Amino acid sequence: MTKELPADPHVAVVATAGGVEDGPLTMADGTSLKSAMARAQFRARLRAFLLVLPLLAFVVITFIMPIGELLKRSVYSPNFHDNMPNLVAWFAKHPPGTEPDESAYAALVADLRLLKKTKKAGLVGTRVNYELPGSRSLFTKGARKAKKLEPPYREALLKLDPKWGDPALWQVMRAAASPYTMNFYLAALDLKRDPSGKIVPVEENRRIYKMLFARTLALSLLITFLTLILAYPIAHLLATLPLSKSNLLMILVLLPFWTSLLVRTTSWMVLLQSQGVINDALVALGIIGDDGRIQMMYNKTGTVIAMTHILLPFMVLPLYSVMRTINPSYVRAARNLGATSWTAFRRIYFPQTVPGIGAGALLVFILAVGYYITPALVGGSDGTLISNLIAFHIQKSLNWSLAAALAALLLTGILILYWLYDKLVGIDNLKLG
Amino acid sequence: MVEELVQDAFVEFDRVQKSYDGETLVVKDLNLRIAKGEFVTMLGPSGSGKTTCLMMLAGFETATSGEIRLDGRPINNIPPHKRGIGMVFQNYALFPHMTVGENLSFPLEVRGMGREARAEKVRAALDMVQMGDFINRRPAQLSGGQQQRIALARALVFEPELVLMDEPLGALDKQLREHMQFEIKHLHERLGITVVYVTHDQAEALTMSDRVAVFNNGVIQQLASPEDLYERPENSFVAQFIGENNKLEGTVEGYEDDLVLVRLADGAITRANPVKCGDPGSATLISIRPERVWLEGETNANTTEAEVLELIYLGDHLRCRLRVHGNEDFIVKVPNSAGHRPLVVGERTRVSWNAQDARALDPL
Repeated sequence: MTKELPADPHVAVVATAGGVEDGPLTMADGTSLKSAMARAQFRARLRAFLLVLPLLAFVVITFIMPIGELLKRSVYSPNFHDNMPNLVAWFAKHPPGTEPDESAYAALVADLRLLKKTKKAGLVGTRVNYELPGSRSLFTKGARKAKKLEPPYREALLKLDPKWGDPALWQVMRAAASPYTMNFYLAALDLKRDPSGKIVPVEENRRIYKMLFARTLALSLLITFLTLILAYPIAHLLATLPLSKSNLLMILVLLPFWTSLLVRTTSWMVLLQSQGVINDALVALGIIGDDGRIQMMYNKTGTVIAMTHILLPFMVLPLYSVMRTINPSYVRAARNLGATSWTAFRRIYFPQTVPGIGAGALLVFILAVGYYITPALVGGSDGTLISNLIAFHIQKSLNWSLAAALAALLLTGILILYWLYDKLVGIDNLKLG
Repeated sequence: MVEELVQDAFVEFDRVQKSYDGETLVVKDLNLRIAKGEFVTMLGPSGSGKTTCLMMLAGFETATSGEIRLDGRPINNIPPHKRGIGMVFQNYALFPHMTVGENLSFPLEVRGMGREARAEKVRAALDMVQMGDFINRRPAQLSGGQQQRIALARALVFEPELVLMDEPLGALDKQLREHMQFEIKHLHERLGITVVYVTHDQAEALTMSDRVAVFNNGVIQQLASPEDLYERPENSFVAQFIGENNKLEGTVEGYEDDLVLVRLADGAITRANPVKCGDPGSATLISIRPERVWLEGETNANTTEAEVLELIYLGDHLRCRLRVHGNEDFIVKVPNSAGHRPLVVGERTRVSWNAQDARALDPL
């Protein structure tokens, strides 16, 4: 065989075709081949576009726009800016560091009177309250009493509540005067600005988010690893069994999918709680004493057990679909060539399942990072994840901006991991089925 | 018998049986002795047990009973990786995540060979199949024929004395297949290895093999050289399976000298070579190769009337379908030689064959 012979016969054909013509190809009527192709394909492209249009519109309206809106909230918080025009104007006129003088207090009182009229004192107070807890009542009370205040306003306000003279309050108000702020991101990372504007960590006892991010990451990795360990052998069995038997097993694997997530989580509660089935059985068998019941729920253990179980099918399915395509003759060939069954697995079988491992791990990890119901129900305080805090800020504390900042950080983290995965494994190696 | 010529068998199947479900035997009482350096082909229709035999030899299936010996050693309980047998798989089974070089290096690596010795052997093996330039390619970047060569090189690179091939040319087109047949044959001759080859393609089996074992229903029907197999089939299955064949059904009437007298379906009596037929009164099937029959010309005791039903022009010869003794599928090959009178469909003529070429076999 000569060196010149191309491996792919088509290469040779294309090469000769290209060699005949010099310059761009033209059609019989003189137009270029490219524009003729574009014309010919326009209708097909239009058709394809119209086919996806409904879904595209649906996704834009129900997915991309809400997420965009939420992400905007993480940096855009206009309540103070919109409702305190006089004070905002004073802040704009005087550079940071200026002591609030009588004109500042006059602007403040004017705004408080305005708040009374527009009934927005609560909103503004909440905005300031985010960064300086305990200030909401300051604003509602101030707005209520603003009508009666007489100049000089500084003394009048300080008499009403000495907190009005707090430099920290003025610092926060100056920051809130701008509708755009990074402070929610700082808060989401357990950071804040000190009176001089420097970014410093918050007090030890109020640090919570970084720890939660770390716990979410660690638990998600642990759950991903556990599902992989548990799913790999069963996926292999499913892939090698005859189809009739593997179908039955597959139904068993998918069975949890057909049960409500809530039901599954609750059944774990029945099993795992300290008066639950497992502990009762252990006590009855005399393995542990009645006072030595194992705490398996309302802590990390509960979260890990329940989530591993719930996410297991998401690992089994990609692994199975990849393993199904691996011809058993590869392992046979390796054995025949002198490899022990372990070497054949390690060198031949395992590398070919990597795309499935990647897909399953990515799927389980991303689902685990955002998981909410299960940790909320079985996690206790020790087993909650960052998504539970996001839910808390959306439903309870109503600090949507902080929730948005936390969600944005979580999203960024996942995108970074995704990028790392692409660098290390290659995203085109991903096989979901 | 050829089997008795094999004194020191290199590969030996001794009363081997195999069942997958415990109810039916896929391989029934297999006895096969293969000499060192021989090229033996297992030929048979699909489901005849030939691949199962190969898999038992390679160690991927265990014999239900009986013993398989390699070079005198029983290997029933030796795991496949310790048997040291090379194998070419039907779909080549080249590891897709390794380059050609890594594929060839693999069997040497697991044998603990050093890096330099490995590189040298890989290079030599690739040169042997003229694929030296492809060492860094992935299998997916190779054509079917090229993958075939790599699979061959991989099966040979660790210098096994026995190489098994499981329909290795099945996926190739006709021209490439014929070319590869010769290459494999030449490699076998050059290296002096023993080859056990499985195929369902009779032309392939006849071209390449020293001996062919024809399988059917888990039993070797005949084990013989290609020439014997074609010229002297021992039973009806082999006669039907190998090459083209004219069948005449009848009953044994009696014996005359070394010939058998057979009464055919239309009542006529014909003389045949008694290869495998029973006592007078039992059914038999006479098998005659189309090229052993002539039209017109000299006559003998077996000469009979025939009617031309169909003519197919094939260049160097004419395929002529006739009605002979009531059989409407009687084929005669008429050479397209000078001076031959052109035949016409519907014309009546006469056909003759030597009694020795009409082999009276067991009924199907």
